[in-house]
Amino acid sequence: MHGLINRAIQCFVADTYGRDAWIAVTHRADLGFSEFEAMMTYPEELTPRVLDAACRELAKARDELLEDIGTYLVSHPQAEAVRRLLRFGGVTFLDFLHSLDDLPERARLAVSDLVLPALDLVEHRPGHYTLHVHAQQEGFGPVLLGVLRAMADDYGALVFTELRPAGPGRDAIEITLYATAYAEGRRFELGGGAG
Amino acid sequence: MEACPDVLDALCPLHAILDRRGCIAHAGPTLVKLRPEDTLPGRDAFEVFEVTRPRALAGIDDLFAHARMRLHLRLRAAPRTKLKGVLVPLPGERGAILNLSFGISILDAVRDYALTNTDFAATDLAMEMLYLVEAKSAAMEASRKLNLRLQGAMIAAEEQAFTDTLTGLKNRRALDHVLARLVERGARFAVMQLDLDYFKAVNDSMGHAAGDHVLQQVARLLVEETRAADTVARVGGDEFVIVLGEPGERDQVAHVAERLIRRIEEPVFFDGRQARISASAGSALSWDYARPDPARMLADADRGLYASKAAGRARHSFAAPDG
Repeated sequence: MHGLINRAIQCFVADTYGRDAWIAVTHRADLGFSEFEAMMTYPEELTPRVLDAACRELAKARDELLEDIGTYLVSHPQAEAVRRLLRFGGVTFLDFLHSLDDLPERARLAVSDLVLPALDLVEHRPGHYTLHVHAQQEGFGPVLLGVLRAMADDYGALVFTELRPAGPGRDAIEITLYATAYAEGRRFELGGGAG
Repeated sequence: MEACPDVLDALCPLHAILDRRGCIAHAGPTLVKLRPEDTLPGRDAFEVFEVTRPRALAGIDDLFAHARMRLHLRLRAAPRTKLKGVLVPLPGERGAILNLSFGISILDAVRDYALTNTDFAATDLAMEMLYLVEAKSAAMEASRKLNLRLQGAMIAAEEQAFTDTLTGLKNRRALDHVLARLVERGARFAVMQLDLDYFKAVNDSMGHAAGDHVLQQVARLLVEETRAADTVARVGGDEFVIVLGEPGERDQVAHVAERLIRRIEEPVFFDGRQARISASAGSALSWDYARPDPARMLADADRGLYASKAAGRARHSFAAPDG
């Protein structure tokens, strides 16, 4: 799995539960090192091992942990770059939902060997959507659920989301959008990022 | 054909419609955002924009003469944002449309004018461009940090590759480097081979831990008794090479060797037990050779060392260079 994904797990554990907790996870997973490099690729089996170790160390269910990682990616100050890149998706939460189809390609433009799950948004009727997630590996669905919930907060939108597993590597997230501007979202300025 | 301002506002929000005299008749919404203080309609386009390329356009007629060509422009008022543009005359000499884009200045522009997605046409690649710049900067930063860490690891690895891990002294590789450097520089130096005597007995009777302790003590005192410019290397189990830079005369080298041997003979305690060893040494001097060669000097110093051992140990000898 790409170093960026492994490093996201590392940063989530270290920033949320402290560095010691992360070191304990690396021991449990018998990792042999304590730092994932964002720009390197690691064997596939390492990621589930680290996730299992984190679940046991933090006494959390797998899906719960994954969803927390998704929330962390959007809302933690350490991960601000991720939030900003997601906010490029659109001016409103609805724009953002519709931009998700492009997300894997956008990611590949930035980091050519980063493979994210295929995303497909289906609109049933205004305000009611299903986001289909299709990945080579397990676990992206709950992460995306966390991302969506945090992004809704970020935009100030009121949504209801529900995760429905749909086979190996497949998830469906049911999204009901009650209000696009329910609360004051967080500010986003195009020119506020790099440099 | 009419210039339909509301159509143009949607298709190319950064535009101006000019009348036949070159005055702005209508400004697109993004252009208005660049000049919030000005009332653009009615103003001479030439007063608002400076055309930097093609050069030396004298006035609005000149501008109309460059219709449909790529224009480089700049706002005359601060922050003097650079723009790219093209002027397309309307039929029937009813003026022209000046369409503009930020080009490469887009990064500054979004910051200077607090632009948002809605300030760009839906088909404009500006958003993708901004996204890419930001994403690539983040990826570059991650790569840069990785490079720094790898560089640090490389330096540490090189350091270790030149260091004997038990004693912290230089190793054989480092010694070869040092000698090659001295020969290159044409420096005056002495090479001393030094073997511990009775070390095997310590190892056998008191164990390897004691032996390691003795080696570390010897290493420490060899460093203490030599100068910073000298090099102390461990080249075998109980074999050391000391390189003395600018050591003075032959006698002074012999004197250093004697002093080292006497210090090595001082008893070392390990686990309450006393270990006694000594050392034999042999040296070669660079100024004894017309063209000093490290391998040959080491071999000659080694012969001096064996002469010392043969003569009853615990002493130092020189070997004649051609002996």
